[in-house]
Amino acid sequence: MAEVSVAGVTMRFGEMTALDDVSLDFVNGGFFALLGPSGSGKTTLLRVIAGFLFPQAGRVRIAGQPVERVPVEKREIGMMFQNYALFPNLTVAENVGFGLRVRHVSRAEERRRVGEALDLVQLSGLGARRPRELSGGQRQRVALARAIVTNPKVLLLDEPLSALDKALRVDMQIELKRIQREVGITTIFVTHDQEEALTLADRIGILRDGRLVQAGPPREVYNAPIDTFTARFLGEANLLPDPLPVPLPDGARLSLTSAAAHAVRPEALTLSPGPIAAAENLLPGRLVSRVFAGSMATCIVAVLGETWKVVARDRDLPQLPENTEVWLGWARADTIPIDRA
Amino acid sequence: MAQAPIPGDGRRAAGLLAPAYLWLTLAVFLPLSAMLFFSFLTAAPFGTESPRATLENYRDFFETPTYALLLWKSIRLGLWVTLLCVLIGFPCALVLARQIRGRAREALFLLVILPFWSNSLVRVFSWAIVLRGNGVLDRTLDALLPFDVRLGLMFTPAAVVIGLVHSYLPYVILTSYLALQAIEDDIFDAARALGAGRITILRRLILPLSLPGLIAGAVLVFVPVVGSFMEPRILGGRFGTYFGTVIEDQFVAVFNWPLGAALSFILLAVVLAILGLSSPVLRRGLT
Ligand SMILES: Nc1ncnc2c1ncn2[C@@H]1O[C@H](COP(=O)(O)OP(=O)(O)OP(=O)(O)O)[C@@H](O)[C@H]1O
Ligand SMILES: [Mg+2]
Repeated sequence: MAEVSVAGVTMRFGEMTALDDVSLDFVNGGFFALLGPSGSGKTTLLRVIAGFLFPQAGRVRIAGQPVERVPVEKREIGMMFQNYALFPNLTVAENVGFGLRVRHVSRAEERRRVGEALDLVQLSGLGARRPRELSGGQRQRVALARAIVTNPKVLLLDEPLSALDKALRVDMQIELKRIQREVGITTIFVTHDQEEALTLADRIGILRDGRLVQAGPPREVYNAPIDTFTARFLGEANLLPDPLPVPLPDGARLSLTSAAAHAVRPEALTLSPGPIAAAENLLPGRLVSRVFAGSMATCIVAVLGETWKVVARDRDLPQLPENTEVWLGWARADTIPIDRA
Repeated sequence: MAQAPIPGDGRRAAGLLAPAYLWLTLAVFLPLSAMLFFSFLTAAPFGTESPRATLENYRDFFETPTYALLLWKSIRLGLWVTLLCVLIGFPCALVLARQIRGRAREALFLLVILPFWSNSLVRVFSWAIVLRGNGVLDRTLDALLPFDVRLGLMFTPAAVVIGLVHSYLPYVILTSYLALQAIEDDIFDAARALGAGRITILRRLILPLSLPGLIAGAVLVFVPVVGSFMEPRILGGRFGTYFGTVIEDQFVAVFNWPLGAALSFILLAVVLAILGLSSPVLRRGLT
């Protein structure tokens, strides 16, 4: 367990710059989620921290020690891969014990620690199985046990849950969080799934085209996105058009700050067939469609030439025919000012 | 993944397999049974006198110690050639599968398969040119080294081994390559992340995971090499008498087909027995 810090890291593959001057600190025992669109450099950053890749510039420190030139074998990291990468010729116990065997731990000690790790991931009793005799979720747990049994300084996870179906994924998220808390290991987690990042992590970082756009606690990044990209990437965001039409449609009112852009979350909006007297912000629009999805419903509304989403409990949204005029209202506190467009 | 058989599937499968079985019957089973039949006759049924049934040919083998000695010599040859093919072929396959990417790999692959495409006689005679006294090898080494080189490899057992290794190496390279190719790259990253060095990865992951291919290649080499006759005859000179050459003689020189057939079946039985005896070991490697 240790803190990890990345400073000014630049990683190029030939002409292609995969990481551009990325600086990030990962606190000891923290759970950090790296988010970003495909090709933004998440895997590359993780592999730089792991030691599979050596960056052209910048520093990587684990527990204060510079490790840019230390190969992966010597970095004392735990890593979990998207397809688990279990050793097919070894049993579950041998898989988990692999790292201990490499470290010349005694057989008795190995047996004890493998047993503990399997207990931790709730797989006790499956030690003699082969990976191919396990379900997807069980393989996942073996991979996790194998990654943490050596007490690594940092646990690196590259989209570890993306191969699981939705229900199992949610179970594993809870499980992963529990184990991470129990072990207290510094964890860096790459994911495509922003909901997953918001649920699991105590800090998140957003990458775009190899640059770090924003990092911070999930609530802070969600409530105060630094630019429109982050606002839209992390959760849904309805952006006000820039520039605003002058004059505003009849009956509309807005109270905005001087920020470069403004956004409203779909769940902050109230939809009504007529103007809402109490609303601090109010805009007319046209109902395009309504999508029912169990507990929640989504309305698509055309507003000032933009397409906005309104999300609410199904019974809180009035049943209206499509193409009728509707009004959207929200409180001043729900307007998210964004510094950079 | 096993699927429950669908009723009627068996019949359709049989129908689809019929041509293959027919071909096997015609191409393998019939000639083999004819040979087996010959091996119990006093003479091949082509001459004027009518042949009688006999066990004489098999008794010949057991009463003439030379045959057993030659068979043992052939088995030793098979083991040597197989061992060398494995020792040379597996590292080649490993480099091909794990180190080299893209175009270079295709080109090297072509070079590996090249021996398959050349006529085997041409191949063997080229070795004769290279290995003979004052041949290509001797002269090259002479030119490169300050002292007199006279290897005199031609017409020695070593020449036979060299020729055979060259002919059969591609089998080991190809089967090992296919097995190595099938290993997921991620597991090497996973092993490195766990602190494993190259040797550990080779010993605990690469070797066990590619063993089935390596064994398949070894069997593909061993079986034909034990019965080989062309390479021993051309490259072996006076050392070139092996079990295979004796069998060939019965067919093309002495015209004693029944004895040749009997010796062939003894060879087949011995090879099958060797594979059978080693199968517990082989099977362990295959799972
Ligand atoms: N070994 C490599 N050689 C050349 N280019 C590479 C290599 N690895 C990554 N890249 C490039 O670097 C960029 C970042 O890749 P990376 O794998 O880090 O993206 P990612 O954020 O993990 O994407 P995804 O979400 O799709 O996994 C991509 O444009 C990719 O094409
Ligand atoms: Mg990736």
